[in-house]
Amino acid sequence: MGINIQRRSLLKGGVAGTLLSLFQPAKTASAHKIKKYPNSYGVLVDLTRCVGCRSCEAACNLEQGLPEPHSPFSDESVFEADEHGRARRTDATAYTVVQRFNFPQQDHPLFKKVQCNHCLEPACLTSCFVNAYTKTPEGAVIYNPDVCVGCRTCMIACPFYIPTFNYSSGLHPRIRKCIFCYDTRLKFGKPPACVEACPQEALIFGKREKLIKIARRRIEKNGSRYQDHIYGEHEAGGTSWLYLSPVPFSEVGFNTELPDEPILDGVKGFLAIVPMVLTIWPALFAGFHLLATRKELKPPATNGTHEEETR
Amino acid sequence: MKNYTSDLPHLPIWGSFKPDGSAWKLKERLFLGLPFSEYLKTVTASWLNRVLAAILVVGFYFLAERYIFGLSRITHGSNDYPWGLFLGFGLFAMVPLSASGFLLGTTVVIFGRKDFHSIERLALLNGLLGYFFAVVYLEVDLGMPWRLAYPMFVSFGPAAVLFLVAWHVATYLSVQIAELLPALFIWLDRKSWVKYITRISLGLTIAGIILSTLHQGALGALFTYAPTKIHPLWLSIDFQWIHFFCSAIFAGLSMVIVSSTLINHFMPWRCGKQFTADLDRITLGLAKGSSYAMFTYLVIKLVAVAHDNEWELLLTGWGGYYLLEIAIGVVLPMVMFARSIRTGRVRTARTAAFITVFGIVWNRLNTAIVCFNYQMYQDIPHWKEIWVTLTIYAIYFITYRFIVYRLPIVFDWEDTQEKA
Repeated sequence: MGINIQRRSLLKGGVAGTLLSLFQPAKTASAHKIKKYPNSYGVLVDLTRCVGCRSCEAACNLEQGLPEPHSPFSDESVFEADEHGRARRTDATAYTVVQRFNFPQQDHPLFKKVQCNHCLEPACLTSCFVNAYTKTPEGAVIYNPDVCVGCRTCMIACPFYIPTFNYSSGLHPRIRKCIFCYDTRLKFGKPPACVEACPQEALIFGKREKLIKIARRRIEKNGSRYQDHIYGEHEAGGTSWLYLSPVPFSEVGFNTELPDEPILDGVKGFLAIVPMVLTIWPALFAGFHLLATRKELKPPATNGTHEEETR
Repeated sequence: MKNYTSDLPHLPIWGSFKPDGSAWKLKERLFLGLPFSEYLKTVTASWLNRVLAAILVVGFYFLAERYIFGLSRITHGSNDYPWGLFLGFGLFAMVPLSASGFLLGTTVVIFGRKDFHSIERLALLNGLLGYFFAVVYLEVDLGMPWRLAYPMFVSFGPAAVLFLVAWHVATYLSVQIAELLPALFIWLDRKSWVKYITRISLGLTIAGIILSTLHQGALGALFTYAPTKIHPLWLSIDFQWIHFFCSAIFAGLSMVIVSSTLINHFMPWRCGKQFTADLDRITLGLAKGSSYAMFTYLVIKLVAVAHDNEWELLLTGWGGYYLLEIAIGVVLPMVMFARSIRTGRVRTARTAAFITVFGIVWNRLNTAIVCFNYQMYQDIPHWKEIWVTLTIYAIYFITYRFIVYRLPIVFDWEDTQEKA
């Protein structure tokens, strides 16, 4: 990630960085190294196999110690559109939710499991000004509540609307999102709780590169059943969770307008001007000052203007 | 206060000494030269103060709720709209309206335009208070406000735009405090300290330009993290920071016109002779600067539409709204500014400045809230959120007025006995 290193070192050259390095140079130096981890894990979600049983939700709730839901996991009324006419979404009490999409021309609805997609270059991570997010070599994007300030920029930046905030806590608010069961499972190479709970094998866990091959093979074998696209292979720079769908992805709530580049790429234009302004502006404006106040030098200044004193 | 100045010719306090030659005590300076009971009477007699008090009492109750039970008590606590009015108005609108400090600093100190000197301090104060209260708004909005200094001392995310904003706003706040210290020193009769600040004023001003360029731009760049969420007309990946920076120029200048107009109209007793005499000329000068910046802004806005090839979007409903915002918020005041310069009618320029300030707030709210999640439902802020936003603004107003009443912001301090 040459560009990242370059940008970081340039920023470090700035006012902020110089001061920072006085405090904790070691920590600064390791910040925001968004490495690509070729051997990381992922999950392939096959919408043709999901029956909407919500076992994954129940397993997640148990594994992550989340509060008991208002209605049991067998309750199908949760699939109804919410007050804003939208499919349900993750919140501070549910890291994963299953959405239902009805198609009048088909006899059965489609279900889609939503959770953090664990981007390869996560926007939440790159937008976080206290470096609260980490992309682990195993593939999980995890969050550190001990440094989070609660600015919620990650929620703005996430193109999948995944991070949530427990607004109802005054003293211990925090971001809540799926962490790929990192602490309890992924770290040890085990699949997350939701995958293990899936009775339909709609979710398969494995190395991301292998999953892409599996997905391709499924598309090749059953061309009529699948869209010829693996959602997450390239979207927003690629995600660890990948999706296969029988219908166009836009019809099952996927954002198909996402760029293939990581979200950070759009921000780099601004970040690139920072060192320019920091280095050129002082000289430029000091020069303007000298030119603009030159006339005053000719007649000897009588009442000691402050321009005189600054020299 | 108005009533008193007509009865008591030695008031308001113009300098260090009373007419009888003795020095004003600090307590007297704080209470505007009135006995405390009289001062209290003037405060409670004003209907404006009563309205402000009512806003504050209810507002503080809501704030207590927010800090004890969490943000969802006073906001919708939406996961789809993480940023509401506290940031949409408090940060994204207050900061450009406070660009005045660096703009007038540049005009007077860098370009040596001494003819703008009588308004420089007001511009600096407007800048300092705007930034300070932007941070106050931030402290209401942040989930863990007690960790405000974390990006400075505990954990660093130097590739994040917000990291830059945090550092720059913090640094720039201290620069602005330093720039305004002379007014405080003079008020405290510590004139000898002023020279230390004057020596570094060029450095401070240049630091102000750098920091302002970057963080005004950075506030725009923050939205480039959400390329798919904000309506493309309000988000131009390549030009967003220039849009925000350029509009901050006329926002800051117009805010000074607004502020000086209000001060000149509602507290003429406080305005020094020089300030009153210069104000019309300066207002037209600021109007000129403003209209140039607006023209530049319109050109870059047009370039952005062309660059992103969004012409057909202009014909949609959102496009109509976009054009309306530009027409009312920028084109109309720009034409009015231009007319006022040609005809010399300062009133027109003042009206235009009010419209400009409204236009900037409108633009920032559009970018942060209205056109955010444009493909989703609209989130209308909770009424308590609006009330708390108003509360903080009321505190801003009170602080602003408190300082202008006392410190030599719009008048020159007399520190000699005979002239007082």
